[in-house]
Amino acid sequence: MFQTRLLRTGAARVGAAIVLLFLLVGLLAPWIAPSDPLQIHMEHKLSLPSLEYPLGTDHLGRCVLSRLIYGTRTSLFYSLAALAGVFSISVPIGLLAGYAGGKIDHLIMRIIDILLAFPSLILSLAITAVLGPSIKNLLIAFVAVWWTGYARVIRGMVLQIKESDFIMAARAAGTSHFKIVVRHILLNTSRPILVLTSLEIGTILLSLAGLSFLGLGAQPPTPEWGVMLNDSRPYIQTAPRLMLFPGLTIMLAVLGFNLLGEGLKPADQGLPEPRKEGVSP
Amino acid sequence: MLRADGIKPTYEAIEATRQALGLEGPVYMQYVNWLLRVLQLDLGVSYSSGRPVFMELMSRFPATAALTAGALLVALLVALPLGIGSALYPGSLLDRLGRVCTLLSVSMPGYWLSLLLIYYGGVKLKLLPVTGMGEPSSLVLPSIALGFGLSGIYIRLIRTSLLDILGKLYIKAARAKGLAGWAILAKHAFRNAWLPSMTLLGIHVSALLGGSVVVETIFSWPGIGKYAVDAIFAKDYLVIQGYVLLMALVVVLVNLAVDLLHMLLDPRIRLR
Repeated sequence: MFQTRLLRTGAARVGAAIVLLFLLVGLLAPWIAPSDPLQIHMEHKLSLPSLEYPLGTDHLGRCVLSRLIYGTRTSLFYSLAALAGVFSISVPIGLLAGYAGGKIDHLIMRIIDILLAFPSLILSLAITAVLGPSIKNLLIAFVAVWWTGYARVIRGMVLQIKESDFIMAARAAGTSHFKIVVRHILLNTSRPILVLTSLEIGTILLSLAGLSFLGLGAQPPTPEWGVMLNDSRPYIQTAPRLMLFPGLTIMLAVLGFNLLGEGLKPADQGLPEPRKEGVSP
Repeated sequence: MLRADGIKPTYEAIEATRQALGLEGPVYMQYVNWLLRVLQLDLGVSYSSGRPVFMELMSRFPATAALTAGALLVALLVALPLGIGSALYPGSLLDRLGRVCTLLSVSMPGYWLSLLLIYYGGVKLKLLPVTGMGEPSSLVLPSIALGFGLSGIYIRLIRTSLLDILGKLYIKAARAKGLAGWAILAKHAFRNAWLPSMTLLGIHVSALLGGSVVVETIFSWPGIGKYAVDAIFAKDYLVIQGYVLLMALVVVLVNLAVDLLHMLLDPRIRLR
């Protein structure tokens, strides 16, 4: 049923195809990249696309296509890592706040409110600045700032499911709290969480590449799309293609994830609001 | 900051700085003193530039405010016709254009759009200035870069809320009593359809007034976002403190303005 929904619209199919393409490119990078993404050939610098370098070379004579292909690994891997980090914090906390209720819920929600009040980009920049710019620290900063919103949404879903009859039945049958949370609530929230994930991964990819663009994430010479864009800035007049290709790649990847996420979402909903479909049949 | 020139500071110098920064006495007294100074708009002196933080913030705020206005103007100029058009004629070419625009807007990296605008608008066609804030026309490109990214969500929101309203019974009633199409739209539909967009607009205004680091950096725009990030890197705590205080004030004021606008537009919402 999930499958049929996923591929219901043409747009979702295009999205799935794009995402699949990027996943394959990332996995097969060493086999399909025409040359070494780190190999510097100063004698070939800023060269035009050719048979040897299908998309030309950058300011250090590195193959742009190979860097884009290896950059897929960096970008996808770190986006997925960020997503895993965000959910490994927000899911338990959201479950706890929603299921425990009362004082615990109150305390957690107030902490989240305080964190949400601060501009998120500035906060993650501040954390990165304190820890020092590197992609690992960027991930830490990112997760520290981003988990709040999700915890809130998950709490909302839990609150709704908690009131259902089957939870009451499970309680009456003597099921332990732990088992109820894991077997009944978590399982019932997993689908909306998955939809939320697919909708958000594009945004995460966009933000991570943006922070790398600002020099706060992946450090050169790592092949990464944001870094490549930043590297291209001094050559905007002489070699504009250097900024064209990484930008196009980022947009295509984000577009793919967005289309896929839209396809996963139930048709009647305009904006991402996974809370609505709390209990799935 | 005393070690900035690489010489080990003397004990007297440390004490003098301590006093100058108001780090004397118990913490609660420091806090009271700080509050009293803030009330007189004295946010202290920036460690790195030596100028009063309040003056520094105020000299950069207008640039960010101008960019905010420009970006919202662009976003609404794109979103209003497309959003309204796609709600009035669902399934039409306009609706499809709106969908494509929405997707592009949310998928396009703002930093890439900025570079494209610099290349095509500034370098290749030499239409508009690309950096700094020399003349009014230099506002155009950064506004587009920021505004286009916002437009997608408005297209969708306007479309959804207008479609929702157009299906209501009172629209049918207005049509039944023979009101002209434009009168129904202007008097009955739009006034109700604005409200969700207004709320989102409030959120975006406060976010934009915080400054956009990326666009300000790329276009060398002398705004407040870049200043705050530079302060974070320089560990210029008083500037960071002043920035956070200013942002809190902006958020409160914008929220108040949005609430008042809501009351103006929707008579059902009234203060009790």
